[in-house]
Amino acid sequence: MAKKGYDAGVKEYRDTYWMPEYEPVDTDILACFKITPQPGVPREEVAAAVAAESSTGTWTTVWTDLLTDLDHYKGRAYRIEDVPGSDDAIYAFIAYPIDLFEEGSIVNVLTSLVGNVFGFKALRALRLEDIRFPIAYVMTCGGPPNGIEVERDKMNKYGRPLLGCTIKPKLGLSAKNYGRACYEGLRGGLDFTKDDENVNSQPFMRWRDRFGFVQDAIERAEKETGERKGHYLNVTAPTPEEMYKRAEYAKELGTPIIMHDFFTAGFTANTGLANWCRDNGLLLHIHRAMHAVVDRNPNHGIHFRVLAKCLRLSGGDHMHSGTVVGKLEGDRDSTLGWIDCMRDSFIKEDRSRGIFFDQDFGSMPGMLPVASGGIHVWHMPALVNIFGDNSVLQFGGGTLGHPWGNAAGAAANRVAVEACVEARNAGRELEKESKDILTSAAKHSPELKVAMETWKEIKFEFDTVDKLDIQHK
Amino acid sequence: MSKVQDYPSRLSDNASRKFETFSYLPAMTDKQIREQVQYIVDQGYNPGVEHTEVENATGNYWYMWKLPMFGETDVDTILAECKACHDANPDNHVRLIGYDNYAQSQGASMVIYRGKGFK
Repeated sequence: MAKKGYDAGVKEYRDTYWMPEYEPVDTDILACFKITPQPGVPREEVAAAVAAESSTGTWTTVWTDLLTDLDHYKGRAYRIEDVPGSDDAIYAFIAYPIDLFEEGSIVNVLTSLVGNVFGFKALRALRLEDIRFPIAYVMTCGGPPNGIEVERDKMNKYGRPLLGCTIKPKLGLSAKNYGRACYEGLRGGLDFTKDDENVNSQPFMRWRDRFGFVQDAIERAEKETGERKGHYLNVTAPTPEEMYKRAEYAKELGTPIIMHDFFTAGFTANTGLANWCRDNGLLLHIHRAMHAVVDRNPNHGIHFRVLAKCLRLSGGDHMHSGTVVGKLEGDRDSTLGWIDCMRDSFIKEDRSRGIFFDQDFGSMPGMLPVASGGIHVWHMPALVNIFGDNSVLQFGGGTLGHPWGNAAGAAANRVAVEACVEARNAGRELEKESKDILTSAAKHSPELKVAMETWKEIKFEFDTVDKLDIQHK
Repeated sequence: MSKVQDYPSRLSDNASRKFETFSYLPAMTDKQIREQVQYIVDQGYNPGVEHTEVENATGNYWYMWKLPMFGETDVDTILAECKACHDANPDNHVRLIGYDNYAQSQGASMVIYRGKGFK
């Protein structure tokens, strides 16, 4: 009987949802939004509006509000900060009680936090910068089906980054020719080859044919090299039923790893597939097609570090992270921040890397970040330095474009990565001494020498669009 | 086409078999091996020696040479144990593992003595 009577009408959001005195509790889900208000809307009001619209509130008071304890369930805007380098945007910190969300459902969390509120008229733009998932919520999620250590043990790869290659052309190869391209890459020294994201089951190459020929390539390359190999068989499909059918067939073939596009397929499909992989002992590689549509604009959308955290909870053993040095967007410090979110057990708040909250993943396994997109052998020292051993370095054109073919391209990359790891372990500075390290490795590898000559001049030096917010005035 | 080189790996040639990390580099010099062992020590890994016949190198398990040297940080002692294993099994691959007991995995694994027929 807390309140007396029903008072219809429109209240200011801040009367209910702006609570600067609120101290978040350990079980709250916390979110940091970057808000650009419409001119003239006070910042407390706009922060409170976001808290309301992403939790219990609507634009007018309704009598059914009084049938529940809204003060318990409401989201609370508890802090506002200026965004460095911006005149009009603010960071609003909002705490949501854990009871607002279904256990183990990233779908439910996102439907609340990035639902209707993003179209709210009082905002010019809105971006979800970070989420803190409390350990109590983390423990309700399945997470990566295997994790980094289990993958290393299964694949027998220790003390170095793993090497992959996306098969090109992206589309149009027949299944048998496609398997040939995989075999050549794997026999040359790669650990993995990969279906490109849009390879699903088109008329020119149906999935079942592809899976069969590629598995043959894997098995022969394993026999030939004595090493374990895999190919990310893409099971992304138009329906969940079809996805599971493809996954079952991959398992029947005895293949070690399958692949999924989590964003176009959605978190429901992804979480289901991750559970299936955990039950059936397959590794799960995750591609991120469509992510840049929502994460690249610095003022509107969802930051990639949020997607990375969500995917880790939903489940995946690999996730694409950007390369910093290749053809695709990715600020260096920001990238280091989100690869920590993929791999580490505890990530401390660090604004210099764009991390707004301490994040505890407890015993949830980590994912291997996959660096892919416009990288070649000259990037190897920087990649090993940035990503360290727990990563997959994936060269598409940088393998297949070798003048002597895929096997030679693969061998060049394998020699280069091993030379970089050896040099790093010996205490050398990889990025400073990169030329010397690669040049001396090439003395014993004609494949590497030719690769270095081929890609000498290729650089992708464009300014990053999505930078960390820093004071520049 | 004449400039294109063939990639010479063969199913029929045992020496085409690789043995994971560093097997695509030439055999290391003594100085290079010392640096790698020092790295294993510096990471806090526990060194352990394993060996196997070259034709049985692909499975999960090789023969363990004695027990892992828990807490051993002396590079000479570690290298001496690798050599003792090699002397007793001169035809076999001998590898040094760095057990990472925090990650519950191997932080490093490298063949120190290459088996018969491997350069």
